Order: sequence, then structure tokens, then C-alpha cells
Amino acid sequence: MQTDQLIRTLAADNAHRARPVGFALALALLAAAPVSLVMFFSALGVRPDVMTAMHDPFFDFKFAVTLALAISAISASLHLSRPEASLRGWGWLLLIPAGLLIAGIASEMMMPQRLPMMTRLVGSNSKICMTAIPLLSLPLLAAALVGLRHGAPARPAVAGALAGLLSAGLAATLYASHCTDDSPLFVASWYTIAAALVTAIGALAGSRMLRF
Amino acid sequence: MREAEAEWTGLMRSAISGDDAAYHRLLKAVTPILRAAARRGLARAGQPVDQSEDIVQDILLAVHLKRHTWDANAPFAPWLFAVARNKLIDSLRRRGRRVFVNIDDFAETIAGEPAAETASASEVAAQLQSLPARQRDVLQSIAVDSASIKDTAAKLAMSEGAVRVALHRGLATLTARLREE
Repeated sequence: MQTDQLIRTLAADNAHRARPVGFALALALLAAAPVSLVMFFSALGVRPDVMTAMHDPFFDFKFAVTLALAISAISASLHLSRPEASLRGWGWLLLIPAGLLIAGIASEMMMPQRLPMMTRLVGSNSKICMTAIPLLSLPLLAAALVGLRHGAPARPAVAGALAGLLSAGLAATLYASHCTDDSPLFVASWYTIAAALVTAIGALAGSRMLRF
Repeated sequence: MREAEAEWTGLMRSAISGDDAAYHRLLKAVTPILRAAARRGLARAGQPVDQSEDIVQDILLAVHLKRHTWDANAPFAPWLFAVARNKLIDSLRRRGRRVFVNIDDFAETIAGEPAAETASASEVAAQLQSLPARQRDVLQSIAVDSASIKDTAAKLAMSEGAVRVALHRGLATLTARLREE
């Protein structure tokens, strides 16, 4: 085909307007959220003492960390869906949840301790945590990848990793309401390992799915 | 060079607000630069430059289908070169070499590139034949027979809306198939 012919054809399609990537991502995540919610409520559910736990700042702190992770990964992934964008100036966003964790650990250290450090670190739910967060995040990860396919990331593996981080953040938010381990030490170790696993899956899938 | 880039940005803004002629002019204006960069990339990778037109058409399709990721408040050239660079690297990689493409490859050529003759390529044309019948007929009519959307609708006994949908889907399918190749 002549390039001139192709150009004329593309111009004829100029009226077509694609939705912004953020819209596609939001739509996909909203469609997948019920799947993760059903998985969560049928297998785990909210912990029974949630009403009293809500008054414990360390319980609430878990949501600050997981939501900070989800929100910063969503913003960074939308930014990176533009081909000329780089992570420069945006990478610090991902340091927010890490900074929160460090602040949480430090403030717990300053409190009079009910339990020894190793007990808090190992917790009683580490296996469930490491299984539940990746499993709950899979529908959200698939949705995030579908939504981000709408964009044009120059680095598909990085964009995929961010899709992994954002879905892990959302899944961890759900899981945090089930888990009775509230120590920031527990969150910093087990949640991080679970999120890293999902991020790796996202990077791998993204390097294939997010090429444009 | 600066002026050319500023002109592109203006044309793209007009295109997005519905000016088809501005869009046509923009694509015609950037094509020689994309062609020169594709040739240079192929030459550097030690591959025959006669495949450059396939790469040019690949880039044009990506520009078209991803133009909603351009921020209308930003200059158009960096976005265009990022898309072009991505497609060029992709094509060279598919052809079996690992190559680094310098962003300056594109910028350098803006000044004083001769307005090249139109050129033909085979990959898009070949994929066109594999499209679902309706998409193929519509693309064939508009691309090859130079018919308007209105004439195509009359010829194929479709509504203009249906022609537009088939046209866009056809272009999207075509691009997806080229990528999978």
C-alpha cells in the first residue's frame, strides 16, 4: 500500500476519539473489583473484632500504607502510559508508602512493648498473608493491564510492574481488614514480599501485553 | 526546525478539535522525517533500507491509534519521536537485531530533508487481506479506491456510522496483527 493512501485513510478516521487511559483503567478496575471482593468475603472476611481494632492506630496505619501504595502506583502508571514520559520526577511517589512504613516502625519502637520484636515480625498470619494478597490481586492485575493497554508506555515492563504494585496495594487494603497482625514490622516484611511477587508477575506480563 | 515543530503542535491541536485536513497535512509533513530515520536505523543495523516504508507505515498507525496519549498542552515532536523510536526499535528487533536508536536521529533530519516521493510497502497491504470481510471492504474502498466515507457507505449499502466503526476497527485490527507478526 502507498503511504499516501494510508495517510488519507488515517485522516478519514480522525473523527474517532479514544477515551483517556485513566478512564479505561478506572473502568477495568471497577469491573474486576467485585471478583476480588467475592474472593475476599467468601474465603477470609473482615476480622471479628474490627470495631475495636479501628481504635488502634496501628490497625488504621496498615490502610494508610496500602492505599498510599495503590494511589501512587496508579498515578505513576498513568504518567508512564505516555510514550515520552520517564519515571524521573515520579519515582519519589513510590517512596511515600516506604517512608510511611519506616515512620510506622519507628513509632512502634518508641511504644512500651506488649510483645517481643520477633513475635511481632513473624506474626501469626504470614502464610495467609503471602497467599491471600497475590491471589486477591490477580483479577485487579489483569484489569490494570487491560486498562493500561490503552496507553503507549515506552517501557512496558516498568508499566507492568506498576500495574502489579497498584493491584497489590488494592488487594492488601482488603487483606489488611482481615489480618490481626497490626505491627508495622509485620506489614513491612510480609506485605512487601507479597507485593514484590505481584510486581514481578506484572512486569513479566506487561513486557508482553503493554507493547504497542 | 523549531518552527516546523511548533507548526506540528498547532496542526495536531487543530486535528484533535476535528480538523481532518490539518491532520492530513500533519501526517504528510512528518512522514519524510520518519522515513529518513527508519532508513538510518536499518542502515545502522546492517539491514536493507528498502524495508523502511513498512516501518514508516507501522509508525503512522501507532501515531494514529495512540494519539489520545498526547497531552495537547505539550509540544508534539517529543511525543512523536518517542512513538517512532519505540516502533523503530521494535521493528529492528523483530528483524533480529538489537539496536540502539538515538532520539537525535529524528530531530536532526527535520531541517532540509527533501520532500520524498511517496513510497509503497507490503506488510500493511498483506494484512489488509486477512481482515474480516466488512473491515477489509471498507479499508479497501477508502485506502485503495480513494472513496470518501459517504461514497463507501453508498457503495457497500452501509450507514456512514457503520463505515466509520468498521474503518476504525479495521485499522486497530491491522495494527494488532502487525505487532503479533
